[in-house]
Amino acid sequence: MTTKTITRVELADAVYSEIGLSRSESAVLVEAVLEEICQALVKGDKVKISSFGTFSVRSKKERIGRNPRSGVEVPITPRRVASFKASNLIKKNINDGLSKAATKPLAVAS
Amino acid sequence: MTRSELVFKLSSAHPHLSQKDIEKLVSTVLRQIVDALAAGDRVELRGFGAFSVKKREPRVGRNPRTGESVDVDYKHVPFFKAGKQLRERLNKAAPTKKVA
Repeated sequence: MTTKTITRVELADAVYSEIGLSRSESAVLVEAVLEEICQALVKGDKVKISSFGTFSVRSKKERIGRNPRSGVEVPITPRRVASFKASNLIKKNINDGLSKAATKPLAVAS
Repeated sequence: MTRSELVFKLSSAHPHLSQKDIEKLVSTVLRQIVDALAAGDRVELRGFGAFSVKKREPRVGRNPRTGESVDVDYKHVPFFKAGKQLRERLNKAAPTKKVA
């Protein structure tokens, strides 16, 4: 199984064929969806999307890190990080999808 | 922000589209992401972040209440890594209070 990488282009294509807007407007709208989510997170809000998952922002305190190569201790500044918790539904979808692929026999050896 | 608030915000920003179309837009984008992950693919959205699937090896877990050991099967978990631009935006300014 080869791993593809899906990008904005594929998302915009799907919107184009599903809704029937122009390609350029589809691309603008995909961007608008992502931008709304980003803005909510930057404000510190949670983004809770049913049957998909929840994006949230966590604040991390300062802690001591270490340069793994030189062993020098450096402080890691306090920061905010975005995290995502997938809903049970998509976890199930992913596991069902991938276990099906895993049990599929590979090319028949001759 | 919930899914319906997201749809509402997008609708007011794009008043020429019906709310139904906006709902379709949001669900299409999300479904594409889920379908890609379920096919074992990655989803990379520059500036926003990347979704990928990580494998978890089978392990022997324990029921925390009874202490009984249980076999936990091999499984896949979806994973999100925030993009560089989002990380920077989160840390640039102090969070501004939402004006209701």
